[in-house]
Amino acid sequence: MRRTTSVTTSVLPAVFVAVWVALSGLGPAIAAKPPSGELVVFEAASLKEAFATLASRFEKDHPGAHVVANTAGSQELRAQIEHGAVGDVFASADQRHMSALATEGLVVGPALFACNEPVVVVRSALGASLKTFADLPRAERIVVGAPEVPIGAYTLQIFQKAGASYGAGFAAQLQAKIVSHELNVRQVLAKVVLGEADAGIVYRSDAMAAKGKVAVVAIPAELNVTAAYPIAMLKAAPRPELARAFVDLVRSPAGAAVLREAGFVPCPGR
Amino acid sequence: MSAAPSAAQRRAWRSPLLAIAWPGAIGLLSGLLLLLVALPIAGLLFSASPRQLLAGLGDPLVVPALRLTIFTTTVTLLVILTCGTPLGWIIARKTRRGIGAGPTARLWRVLETIVELPVVLPPAVAGVALLLAFGRRGLLGPALGAAGIGLPFTCAAVVVAQTFVAAPFYLQAAVAAFRRLDPDMILVARTLGASPPRLLFTVAIPVSWPSLAGGAAMSWARALGEFGATLMFAGNMSGRTQTLPLAIYTALESDLRTAQSLSILLVVVAFALLVAIRAGARR
Repeated sequence: MRRTTSVTTSVLPAVFVAVWVALSGLGPAIAAKPPSGELVVFEAASLKEAFATLASRFEKDHPGAHVVANTAGSQELRAQIEHGAVGDVFASADQRHMSALATEGLVVGPALFACNEPVVVVRSALGASLKTFADLPRAERIVVGAPEVPIGAYTLQIFQKAGASYGAGFAAQLQAKIVSHELNVRQVLAKVVLGEADAGIVYRSDAMAAKGKVAVVAIPAELNVTAAYPIAMLKAAPRPELARAFVDLVRSPAGAAVLREAGFVPCPGR
Repeated sequence: MSAAPSAAQRRAWRSPLLAIAWPGAIGLLSGLLLLLVALPIAGLLFSASPRQLLAGLGDPLVVPALRLTIFTTTVTLLVILTCGTPLGWIIARKTRRGIGAGPTARLWRVLETIVELPVVLPPAVAGVALLLAFGRRGLLGPALGAAGIGLPFTCAAVVVAQTFVAAPFYLQAAVAAFRRLDPDMILVARTLGASPPRLLFTVAIPVSWPSLAGGAAMSWARALGEFGATLMFAGNMSGRTQTLPLAIYTALESDLRTAQSLSILLVVVAFALLVAIRAGARR
Protein backbone atom coordinates (compact mmCIF):
# COMPACT_ATOMS: atom_id res chain seq x y z
CA MET A 1 0.00 0.00 0.00
CA ARG A 2 2.80 2.32 0.93
CA ARG A 3 4.53 1.51 -2.31
CA THR A 4 1.68 2.97 -4.35
CA THR A 5 1.88 6.23 -2.49
CA SER A 6 5.63 6.59 -2.61
CA VAL A 7 5.83 5.71 -6.30
CA THR A 8 3.19 8.27 -7.18
CA THR A 9 4.67 11.02 -5.08
CA SER A 10 8.18 10.44 -6.34
CA VAL A 11 7.22 10.13 -10.00
CA LEU A 12 4.99 13.15 -10.11
CA PRO A 13 7.60 15.79 -9.20
CA ALA A 14 10.00 14.11 -11.57
CA VAL A 15 7.46 14.50 -14.36
CA PHE A 16 6.95 18.15 -13.52
CA VAL A 17 10.68 18.76 -13.42
CA ALA A 18 11.10 17.02 -16.77
CA VAL A 19 8.35 19.10 -18.37
CA TRP A 20 9.73 22.30 -16.86
CA VAL A 21 13.26 21.53 -18.05
CA ALA A 22 11.98 20.64 -21.50
CA LEU A 23 9.91 23.81 -21.78
CA SER A 24 12.60 26.12 -20.41
CA GLY A 25 15.09 24.49 -22.76
CA LEU A 26 12.74 24.93 -25.67
CA GLY A 27 12.11 28.62 -25.07
CA PRO A 28 15.56 29.89 -25.95
CA ALA A 29 15.99 27.24 -28.63
CA ILE A 30 12.98 28.60 -30.47
CA ALA A 31 13.70 32.28 -29.95
CA ALA A 32 17.49 32.36 -30.01
CA LYS A 33 19.55 34.17 -32.61
CA PRO A 34 22.13 32.00 -34.32
CA PRO A 35 25.46 31.96 -32.49
CA SER A 36 27.73 34.87 -33.35
CA GLY A 37 29.65 34.46 -36.58
CA GLU A 38 27.05 32.16 -38.10
CA LEU A 39 25.90 33.24 -41.54
CA VAL A 40 22.79 31.54 -42.90
CA VAL A 41 22.65 31.39 -46.70
CA PHE A 42 19.42 30.41 -48.45
CA GLU A 43 20.62 29.02 -51.76
CA ALA A 44 18.82 27.55 -54.76
CA ALA A 45 19.51 23.83 -55.19
CA SER A 46 21.54 24.37 -58.37
CA LEU A 47 24.06 26.54 -56.47
CA LYS A 48 24.96 23.86 -53.92
CA GLU A 49 28.46 22.91 -55.15
CA ALA A 50 29.60 26.40 -56.19
CA PHE A 51 28.40 27.96 -52.96
CA ALA A 52 30.07 25.25 -50.88
CA THR A 53 33.40 26.26 -52.43
CA LEU A 54 32.62 29.95 -51.90
CA ALA A 55 31.58 29.31 -48.30
CA SER A 56 34.85 27.62 -47.38
CA ARG A 57 36.75 30.50 -49.02
CA PHE A 58 34.62 32.97 -47.07
CA GLU A 59 35.31 31.16 -43.79
CA LYS A 60 39.04 31.34 -44.53
CA ASP A 61 38.84 35.09 -45.21
CA HIS A 62 36.66 35.78 -42.16
CA PRO A 63 38.02 33.85 -39.17
CA GLY A 64 35.24 32.95 -36.76
CA ALA A 65 32.58 33.09 -39.46
CA HIS A 66 30.66 29.92 -40.14
CA VAL A 67 28.44 29.59 -43.21
CA VAL A 68 25.31 27.48 -42.82
CA ALA A 69 23.63 26.57 -46.11
CA ASN A 70 19.90 26.10 -46.48
CA THR A 71 19.56 24.45 -49.88
CA ALA A 72 16.16 24.00 -51.54
CA GLY A 73 14.15 25.03 -54.58
CA SER A 74 13.89 28.81 -54.98
CA GLN A 75 10.13 28.66 -54.52
CA GLU A 76 10.50 26.78 -51.25
CA LEU A 77 13.15 29.20 -49.97
CA ARG A 78 10.92 32.13 -50.85
CA ALA A 79 8.04 30.58 -48.89
CA GLN A 80 10.35 30.01 -45.91
CA ILE A 81 11.47 33.65 -45.94
CA GLU A 82 7.89 34.85 -46.27
CA HIS A 83 6.96 32.79 -43.24
CA GLY A 84 9.66 34.30 -41.09
CA ALA A 85 12.64 31.94 -41.44
CA VAL A 86 15.80 33.58 -40.09
CA GLY A 87 18.61 33.96 -42.61
CA ASP A 88 21.13 36.43 -43.97
CA VAL A 89 21.47 35.90 -47.71
CA PHE A 90 19.12 34.64 -50.42
CA ALA A 91 20.44 33.42 -53.78
CA SER A 92 17.62 32.50 -56.16
CA ALA A 93 17.58 30.56 -59.42
CA ASP A 94 14.65 32.61 -60.63
CA GLN A 95 14.17 36.37 -60.77
CA ARG A 96 10.44 36.04 -60.16
CA HIS A 97 10.87 34.89 -56.57
CA MET A 98 13.47 37.55 -55.79
CA SER A 99 11.28 40.32 -57.23
CA ALA A 100 8.35 39.10 -55.16
CA LEU A 101 10.44 39.26 -51.97
CA ALA A 102 11.77 42.69 -52.95
CA THR A 103 8.19 43.95 -53.43
CA GLU A 104 7.31 42.60 -50.00
CA GLY A 105 10.30 44.46 -48.55
CA LEU A 106 11.97 41.30 -47.27
CA VAL A 107 15.26 41.61 -49.19
CA VAL A 108 17.64 44.51 -49.85
CA GLY A 109 19.29 45.37 -53.17
CA PRO A 110 18.94 42.24 -55.30
CA ALA A 111 21.52 41.95 -58.09
CA LEU A 112 22.24 39.37 -60.80
CA PHE A 113 25.41 37.41 -60.20
CA ALA A 114 25.34 34.53 -62.69
CA CYS A 115 23.41 32.93 -65.48
CA ASN A 116 22.78 29.31 -66.24
CA GLU A 117 21.64 27.61 -69.41
CA PRO A 118 19.64 24.44 -69.85
CA VAL A 119 21.40 21.50 -71.55
CA VAL A 120 20.37 17.96 -72.43
CA VAL A 121 21.95 15.23 -70.32
CA VAL A 122 22.00 11.76 -71.84
CA ARG A 123 22.64 8.53 -69.98
CA SER A 124 26.20 7.53 -70.64
CA ALA A 125 25.41 4.36 -72.61
CA LEU A 126 23.49 6.41 -75.20
CA GLY A 127 26.12 9.17 -75.48
CA ALA A 128 27.34 7.84 -78.82
CA SER A 129 23.98 7.74 -80.58
CA LEU A 130 22.43 10.89 -79.16
CA LYS A 131 24.82 13.69 -80.02
CA THR A 132 22.74 16.71 -81.00
CA PHE A 133 19.51 18.26 -79.84
CA ALA A 134 17.87 17.10 -83.09
CA ASP A 135 18.58 13.48 -82.05
CA LEU A 136 16.53 13.88 -78.87
CA PRO A 137 13.46 12.01 -80.20
CA ARG A 138 15.68 8.88 -80.34
CA ALA A 139 15.53 8.71 -76.57
CA GLU A 140 12.93 6.26 -75.32
CA ARG A 141 12.25 7.89 -71.98
CA ILE A 142 12.69 11.60 -71.38
CA VAL A 143 12.44 13.17 -67.92
CA VAL A 144 11.83 16.90 -67.49
CA GLY A 145 10.99 19.31 -64.69
CA ALA A 146 7.35 19.94 -63.81
CA PRO A 147 6.03 23.13 -65.45
CA GLU A 148 5.55 24.53 -61.94
CA VAL A 149 9.31 24.61 -61.24
CA PRO A 150 11.71 26.91 -63.14
CA ILE A 151 13.60 24.22 -65.08
CA GLY A 152 10.29 22.75 -66.23
CA ALA A 153 9.03 26.13 -67.40
CA TYR A 154 12.28 26.67 -69.36
CA THR A 155 12.02 23.18 -70.85
CA LEU A 156 8.51 23.93 -72.03
CA GLN A 157 9.74 27.15 -73.71
CA ILE A 158 12.59 25.26 -75.38
CA PHE A 159 10.24 22.56 -76.70
CA GLN A 160 7.87 25.22 -78.01
CA LYS A 161 10.70 26.99 -79.84
CA ALA A 162 11.90 23.64 -81.17
CA GLY A 163 8.40 22.95 -82.44
CA ALA A 164 8.42 26.28 -84.23
CA SER A 165 11.74 25.65 -85.97
CA TYR A 166 11.83 21.81 -86.41
CA GLY A 167 8.10 21.38 -86.97
CA ALA A 168 5.21 20.55 -84.68
CA GLY A 169 5.87 16.81 -85.20
CA PHE A 170 9.22 17.16 -83.44
CA ALA A 171 7.66 18.77 -80.38
CA ALA A 172 4.87 16.18 -80.29
CA GLN A 173 7.43 13.36 -80.52
CA LEU A 174 9.30 14.80 -77.55
CA GLN A 175 6.11 15.24 -75.52
CA ALA A 176 5.18 11.60 -76.16
CA LYS A 177 8.53 10.43 -74.76
CA ILE A 178 8.21 12.30 -71.47
CA VAL A 179 7.70 9.80 -68.64
CA SER A 180 7.97 12.07 -65.61
CA HIS A 181 7.69 15.68 -64.51
CA GLU A 182 10.18 15.89 -61.67
CA LEU A 183 9.82 18.44 -58.91
CA ASN A 184 13.37 19.70 -58.96
CA VAL A 185 16.24 19.70 -61.35
CA ARG A 186 18.40 17.34 -59.30
CA GLN A 187 15.71 14.66 -59.49
CA VAL A 188 15.78 14.98 -63.28
CA LEU A 189 19.54 14.54 -63.16
CA ALA A 190 19.31 11.59 -60.75
CA LYS A 191 16.98 9.67 -63.08
CA VAL A 192 19.46 10.06 -65.95
CA VAL A 193 22.52 9.26 -63.80
CA LEU A 194 20.78 6.09 -62.59
CA GLY A 195 20.09 5.20 -66.21
CA GLU A 196 16.31 4.99 -65.71
CA ALA A 197 15.73 7.85 -68.12
CA ASP A 198 17.58 8.16 -71.42
CA ALA A 199 17.65 11.94 -71.43
CA GLY A 200 16.65 14.88 -69.34
CA ILE A 201 16.91 18.65 -69.39
CA VAL A 202 18.89 20.26 -66.57
CA TYR A 203 21.10 23.31 -66.06
CA ARG A 204 24.67 23.18 -67.30
CA SER A 205 25.79 23.55 -63.67
CA ASP A 206 23.93 20.36 -62.74
CA ALA A 207 25.46 18.52 -65.68
CA MET A 208 28.90 19.63 -64.40
CA ALA A 209 28.08 18.21 -60.99
CA ALA A 210 27.52 14.80 -62.63
CA LYS A 211 30.58 15.01 -64.87
CA GLY A 212 31.54 11.62 -66.25
CA LYS A 213 28.25 10.00 -65.30
CA VAL A 214 26.19 11.53 -68.11
CA ALA A 215 26.85 12.86 -71.60
CA VAL A 216 26.05 16.51 -72.20
CA VAL A 217 24.37 17.80 -75.36
CA ALA A 218 24.13 21.55 -75.87
CA ILE A 219 20.84 23.10 -76.87
CA PRO A 220 21.16 25.36 -79.96
CA ALA A 221 21.39 29.00 -78.86
CA GLU A 222 18.38 30.04 -80.94
CA LEU A 223 16.20 27.57 -79.04
CA ASN A 224 17.71 28.07 -75.62
CA VAL A 225 16.74 30.33 -72.77
CA THR A 226 18.88 31.82 -70.00
CA ALA A 227 18.15 31.51 -66.31
CA ALA A 228 19.33 34.58 -64.40
CA TYR A 229 20.40 34.18 -60.76
CA PRO A 230 19.91 37.15 -58.40
CA ILE A 231 21.37 37.42 -54.90
CA ALA A 232 20.34 39.73 -52.06
CA MET A 233 20.75 40.32 -48.36
CA LEU A 234 17.68 39.66 -46.22
CA LYS A 235 16.17 42.76 -44.63
CA ALA A 236 16.03 40.99 -41.26
CA ALA A 237 19.55 39.52 -41.52
CA PRO A 238 20.97 38.97 -38.02
CA ARG A 239 24.52 39.45 -39.43
CA PRO A 240 24.25 42.25 -42.00
CA GLU A 241 28.00 42.96 -42.24
CA LEU A 242 28.83 39.30 -42.89
CA ALA A 243 25.89 39.05 -45.29
CA ARG A 244 27.15 42.02 -47.29
CA ALA A 245 30.67 40.58 -47.37
CA PHE A 246 29.35 37.24 -48.64
CA VAL A 247 27.31 38.90 -51.39
CA ASP A 248 30.42 40.90 -52.37
CA LEU A 249 32.49 37.71 -52.56
CA VAL A 250 29.89 36.01 -54.79
CA ARG A 251 29.88 39.02 -57.13
CA SER A 252 33.67 39.46 -57.17
CA PRO A 253 35.90 38.18 -60.01
CA ALA A 254 37.02 35.38 -57.69
CA GLY A 255 33.38 34.43 -57.14
CA ALA A 256 32.70 34.55 -60.86
CA ALA A 257 35.64 32.19 -61.45
CA VAL A 258 34.23 29.63 -58.99
CA LEU A 259 30.81 29.90 -60.60
CA ARG A 260 32.26 29.49 -64.09
CA GLU A 261 34.09 26.41 -62.90
CA ALA A 262 30.75 25.03 -61.73
CA GLY A 263 29.17 25.52 -65.15
CA PHE A 264 27.55 28.94 -64.80
CA VAL A 265 27.96 31.45 -67.58
CA PRO A 266 28.24 35.24 -67.56
CA CYS A 267 24.85 36.80 -68.19
CA PRO A 268 24.39 37.89 -71.79
CA GLY A 269 24.58 41.63 -72.42
CA ARG A 270 26.46 42.34 -69.21
CA MET B 1 -3.91 -8.10 -1.79
CA SER B 2 -7.59 -7.45 -1.25
CA ALA B 3 -9.78 -5.96 -3.96
CA ALA B 4 -11.10 -3.18 -1.74
CA PRO B 5 -8.67 -0.32 -1.12
CA SER B 6 -7.28 -0.23 2.39
CA ALA B 7 -7.64 2.72 4.71
CA ALA B 8 -4.06 3.86 4.06
CA GLN B 9 -4.60 3.74 0.31
CA ARG B 10 -7.78 5.76 0.55
CA ARG B 11 -6.01 8.34 2.66
CA ALA B 12 -3.21 8.60 0.11
CA TRP B 13 -5.62 9.27 -2.73
CA ARG B 14 -7.36 11.88 -0.63
CA SER B 15 -4.14 13.87 -0.21
CA PRO B 16 -5.14 17.35 -1.47
CA LEU B 17 -1.91 17.98 -3.39
CA LEU B 18 -2.27 14.75 -5.33
CA ALA B 19 -5.97 15.42 -5.94
CA ILE B 20 -5.02 18.55 -7.87
CA ALA B 21 -1.63 17.65 -9.24
CA TRP B 22 -2.45 14.26 -10.73
CA PRO B 23 -5.42 15.27 -12.91
CA GLY B 24 -3.50 18.45 -13.71
CA ALA B 25 -0.45 16.55 -14.92
CA ILE B 26 -2.54 14.10 -16.93
CA GLY B 27 -4.53 16.93 -18.46
CA LEU B 28 -1.51 19.07 -19.27
CA LEU B 29 0.55 16.33 -20.87
CA SER B 30 -2.25 14.82 -22.93
CA GLY B 31 -3.50 18.29 -23.84
CA LEU B 32 -0.08 19.24 -25.25
CA LEU B 33 0.00 16.24 -27.55
CA LEU B 34 -3.62 16.71 -28.60
CA LEU B 35 -2.96 20.34 -29.51
CA LEU B 36 0.17 19.48 -31.43
CA VAL B 37 -1.78 17.05 -33.62
CA ALA B 38 -5.09 18.90 -33.82
CA LEU B 39 -3.83 22.44 -34.48
CA PRO B 40 -2.12 21.76 -37.84
CA ILE B 41 -5.20 19.87 -39.03
CA ALA B 42 -7.39 22.79 -37.93
CA GLY B 43 -5.02 25.12 -39.77
CA LEU B 44 -5.44 23.03 -42.89
CA LEU B 45 -9.23 23.03 -42.62
CA PHE B 46 -9.98 26.57 -41.50
CA SER B 47 -7.31 28.87 -42.92
CA ALA B 48 -9.03 29.28 -46.29
CA SER B 49 -12.62 30.01 -47.20
CA PRO B 50 -14.68 27.11 -48.59
CA ARG B 51 -14.91 28.94 -51.89
CA GLN B 52 -11.12 29.18 -52.21
CA LEU B 53 -10.87 25.49 -51.39
CA LEU B 54 -13.49 24.53 -53.96
CA ALA B 55 -11.68 26.65 -56.55
CA GLY B 56 -8.50 24.75 -55.66
CA LEU B 57 -10.25 21.46 -56.43
CA GLY B 58 -10.89 22.72 -59.97
CA ASP B 59 -7.17 22.34 -60.76
CA PRO B 60 -6.61 19.89 -63.65
CA LEU B 61 -4.22 17.86 -61.45
CA VAL B 62 -6.97 16.88 -59.02
CA VAL B 63 -9.24 14.36 -60.75
CA PRO B 64 -6.54 12.18 -62.34
CA ALA B 65 -4.61 12.14 -59.07
CA LEU B 66 -7.65 11.16 -57.03
CA ARG B 67 -8.62 8.42 -59.47
CA LEU B 68 -5.06 7.06 -59.62
CA THR B 69 -4.70 7.13 -55.84
CA ILE B 70 -7.90 5.19 -55.24
CA PHE B 71 -7.00 2.67 -57.92
CA THR B 72 -3.38 2.09 -56.89
CA THR B 73 -4.03 1.93 -53.15
CA THR B 74 -6.87 -0.55 -53.70
CA VAL B 75 -4.64 -2.81 -55.79
CA THR B 76 -1.87 -2.42 -53.20
CA LEU B 77 -4.21 -3.40 -50.39
CA LEU B 78 -5.40 -6.47 -52.31
CA VAL B 79 -1.80 -7.54 -52.98
CA ILE B 80 -0.89 -7.04 -49.31
CA LEU B 81 -3.92 -9.00 -48.05
CA THR B 82 -3.45 -11.83 -50.56
CA CYS B 83 0.26 -12.32 -49.95
CA GLY B 84 0.60 -10.90 -46.45
CA THR B 85 -1.98 -13.17 -44.81
CA PRO B 86 -0.22 -16.44 -45.76
CA LEU B 87 3.17 -14.92 -44.91
CA GLY B 88 1.93 -13.73 -41.51
CA TRP B 89 0.37 -17.15 -40.89
CA ILE B 90 3.49 -19.12 -41.71
CA ILE B 91 5.72 -16.80 -39.65
CA ALA B 92 3.37 -17.09 -36.68
CA ARG B 93 3.14 -20.88 -37.00
CA LYS B 94 6.89 -21.40 -37.42
CA THR B 95 7.79 -19.21 -34.47
CA ARG B 96 4.96 -20.15 -32.08
CA ARG B 97 5.64 -21.14 -28.52
CA GLY B 98 6.87 -24.69 -28.16
CA ILE B 99 8.81 -24.78 -31.43
CA GLY B 100 10.07 -21.22 -31.16
CA ALA B 101 13.64 -22.09 -30.12
CA GLY B 102 14.96 -24.21 -33.00
CA PRO B 103 17.13 -22.98 -35.89
CA THR B 104 14.16 -22.90 -38.32
CA ALA B 105 12.25 -20.68 -35.92
CA ARG B 106 15.25 -18.37 -35.69
CA LEU B 107 15.44 -18.21 -39.48
CA TRP B 108 11.76 -17.27 -39.65
CA ARG B 109 12.29 -14.57 -37.05
CA VAL B 110 15.10 -13.12 -39.17
CA LEU B 111 12.77 -13.18 -42.19
CA GLU B 112 10.12 -11.44 -40.13
CA THR B 113 12.58 -8.68 -39.23
CA ILE B 114 13.64 -8.27 -42.86
CA VAL B 115 10.12 -7.84 -44.20
CA GLU B 116 9.37 -5.34 -41.48
CA LEU B 117 12.45 -3.23 -42.24
CA PRO B 118 10.74 -0.82 -44.66
CA VAL B 119 8.97 0.71 -41.66
CA VAL B 120 12.20 2.36 -40.59
CA LEU B 121 13.62 3.13 -44.05
CA PRO B 122 13.39 6.78 -45.10
CA PRO B 123 11.05 6.90 -48.13
CA ALA B 124 13.68 8.28 -50.51
CA VAL B 125 15.99 5.41 -49.56
CA ALA B 126 13.13 3.02 -50.26
CA GLY B 127 12.82 4.60 -53.71
CA VAL B 128 16.50 4.18 -54.47
CA ALA B 129 16.41 0.61 -53.15
CA LEU B 130 13.51 -0.18 -55.49
CA LEU B 131 15.42 1.31 -58.43
CA LEU B 132 18.48 -0.74 -57.52
CA ALA B 133 16.32 -3.87 -57.52
CA PHE B 134 13.88 -3.34 -60.41
CA GLY B 135 15.45 -0.46 -62.37
CA ARG B 136 17.31 -0.75 -65.65
CA ARG B 137 20.60 -1.19 -63.85
CA GLY B 138 19.05 -2.96 -60.86
CA LEU B 139 19.50 -6.56 -59.78
CA LEU B 140 16.50 -7.75 -61.81
CA GLY B 141 16.92 -5.05 -64.47
CA PRO B 142 18.49 -7.21 -67.19
CA ALA B 143 15.99 -10.03 -66.63
CA LEU B 144 13.01 -7.67 -66.68
CA GLY B 145 14.45 -5.89 -69.72
CA ALA B 146 14.80 -9.19 -71.58
CA ALA B 147 11.14 -9.92 -70.80
CA GLY B 148 10.25 -6.50 -72.19
CA ILE B 149 9.13 -5.18 -68.81
CA GLY B 150 10.14 -1.69 -67.78
CA LEU B 151 8.77 -1.08 -64.31
CA PRO B 152 9.94 2.46 -63.42
CA PHE B 153 7.66 5.31 -64.54
CA THR B 154 4.60 3.04 -64.79
CA CYS B 155 1.45 2.70 -62.75
CA ALA B 156 2.70 -0.74 -61.66
CA ALA B 157 5.74 0.96 -60.14
CA VAL B 158 3.39 3.02 -57.96
CA VAL B 159 1.80 -0.18 -56.65
CA VAL B 160 5.21 -1.77 -56.05
CA ALA B 161 6.41 1.28 -54.11
CA GLN B 162 3.23 1.42 -52.03
CA THR B 163 3.33 -2.31 -51.32
CA PHE B 164 6.97 -2.10 -50.28
CA VAL B 165 6.38 0.61 -47.69
CA ALA B 166 2.89 -0.39 -46.55
CA ALA B 167 3.00 -4.20 -46.32
CA PRO B 168 4.96 -4.35 -43.04
CA PHE B 169 2.12 -2.67 -41.16
CA TYR B 170 -0.37 -5.38 -42.10
CA LEU B 171 2.20 -8.11 -41.69
CA GLN B 172 3.08 -7.00 -38.15
CA ALA B 173 -0.59 -7.03 -37.18
CA ALA B 174 -1.21 -10.40 -38.82
CA VAL B 175 1.77 -12.12 -37.20
CA ALA B 176 0.84 -10.72 -33.78
CA ALA B 177 -2.80 -11.76 -34.17
CA PHE B 178 -2.01 -15.29 -35.36
CA ARG B 179 0.52 -15.71 -32.54
CA ARG B 180 -2.12 -14.79 -29.98
CA LEU B 181 -4.45 -17.58 -31.14
CA ASP B 182 -5.19 -20.06 -28.39
CA PRO B 183 -3.03 -23.14 -29.10
CA ASP B 184 -5.75 -25.38 -27.57
CA MET B 185 -8.29 -24.03 -30.04
CA ILE B 186 -6.00 -24.88 -32.95
CA LEU B 187 -5.31 -28.29 -31.45
CA VAL B 188 -9.03 -28.97 -31.09
CA ALA B 189 -9.69 -27.86 -34.64
CA ARG B 190 -6.95 -30.16 -35.91
CA THR B 191 -8.15 -33.11 -33.82
CA LEU B 192 -11.65 -32.58 -35.14
CA GLY B 193 -10.15 -33.08 -38.58
CA ALA B 194 -9.83 -29.55 -39.89
CA SER B 195 -7.43 -29.43 -42.87
CA PRO B 196 -4.70 -26.75 -42.82
CA PRO B 197 -6.58 -24.46 -45.27
CA ARG B 198 -9.77 -24.90 -43.28
CA LEU B 199 -7.90 -24.07 -40.07
CA LEU B 200 -6.68 -20.81 -41.61
CA PHE B 201 -9.93 -19.76 -43.29
CA THR B 202 -12.56 -20.86 -40.79
CA VAL B 203 -10.69 -20.53 -37.51
CA ALA B 204 -7.60 -18.32 -37.61
CA ILE B 205 -8.82 -15.52 -39.89
CA PRO B 206 -12.31 -15.10 -38.37
CA VAL B 207 -10.93 -15.08 -34.81
CA SER B 208 -8.15 -12.63 -35.72
CA TRP B 209 -10.37 -10.47 -37.89
CA PRO B 210 -10.37 -7.26 -35.81
CA SER B 211 -6.55 -7.17 -35.65
CA LEU B 212 -6.24 -8.03 -39.33
CA ALA B 213 -8.63 -5.24 -40.28
CA GLY B 214 -6.73 -2.80 -38.07
CA GLY B 215 -3.46 -3.78 -39.74
CA ALA B 216 -5.05 -3.47 -43.16
CA ALA B 217 -6.25 0.03 -42.28
CA MET B 218 -2.74 1.04 -41.21
CA SER B 219 -1.27 -0.36 -44.41
CA TRP B 220 -3.87 1.36 -46.51
CA ALA B 221 -3.24 4.69 -44.78
CA ARG B 222 0.51 4.32 -45.31
CA ALA B 223 -0.01 3.51 -49.00
CA LEU B 224 -2.28 6.52 -49.36
CA GLY B 225 0.33 8.87 -47.95
CA GLU B 226 3.25 7.29 -49.79
CA PHE B 227 5.35 9.99 -51.44
CA GLY B 228 9.13 9.63 -51.45
CA ALA B 229 9.50 6.12 -52.82
CA THR B 230 6.85 6.76 -55.48
CA LEU B 231 8.53 9.97 -56.63
CA MET B 232 11.88 8.21 -56.86
CA PHE B 233 10.76 4.92 -58.38
CA ALA B 234 7.66 5.79 -60.40
CA GLY B 235 8.22 9.43 -61.26
CA ASN B 236 5.62 12.16 -61.38
CA MET B 237 3.30 12.02 -64.40
CA SER B 238 -0.27 13.22 -64.17
CA GLY B 239 -2.74 10.39 -64.82
CA ARG B 240 -0.05 7.70 -64.78
CA THR B 241 2.06 7.93 -61.65
CA GLN B 242 1.02 11.16 -59.96
CA THR B 243 -0.88 10.14 -56.82
CA LEU B 244 -2.48 12.65 -54.44
CA PRO B 245 0.63 13.24 -52.31
CA LEU B 246 2.69 13.90 -55.45
CA ALA B 247 -0.01 16.19 -56.83
CA ILE B 248 0.01 18.07 -53.53
CA TYR B 249 3.73 18.57 -53.73
CA THR B 250 3.52 19.60 -57.38
CA ALA B 251 0.76 22.08 -56.63
CA LEU B 252 2.79 23.47 -53.75
CA GLU B 253 5.27 24.75 -56.31
CA SER B 254 2.71 27.06 -57.84
CA ASP B 255 -0.38 27.45 -55.72
CA LEU B 256 -0.67 26.89 -51.98
CA ARG B 257 -4.50 26.88 -52.11
CA THR B 258 -4.66 23.98 -54.57
CA ALA B 259 -2.21 22.08 -52.40
CA GLN B 260 -4.34 22.82 -49.38
CA SER B 261 -7.57 21.70 -51.09
CA LEU B 262 -5.87 18.48 -52.17
CA SER B 263 -4.56 17.89 -48.65
CA ILE B 264 -8.04 18.28 -47.21
CA LEU B 265 -9.34 15.88 -49.84
CA LEU B 266 -6.67 13.38 -48.79
CA VAL B 267 -7.55 13.81 -45.11
CA VAL B 268 -11.28 13.34 -45.84
CA VAL B 269 -10.74 10.25 -48.01
CA ALA B 270 -8.37 8.75 -45.42
CA PHE B 271 -10.71 9.51 -42.55
CA ALA B 272 -13.74 8.03 -44.35
CA LEU B 273 -11.88 4.84 -45.24
CA LEU B 274 -10.43 4.40 -41.76
CA VAL B 275 -13.88 4.82 -40.21
CA ALA B 276 -15.32 2.33 -42.70
CA ILE B 277 -12.63 -0.25 -41.99
CA ARG B 278 -12.98 0.19 -38.22
CA ALA B 279 -16.75 -0.22 -38.50
CA GLY B 280 -16.28 -3.30 -40.66
CA ALA B 281 -13.86 -4.78 -38.15
CA ARG B 282 -16.27 -4.37 -35.27
CA ARG B 283 -18.98 -6.31 -37.03
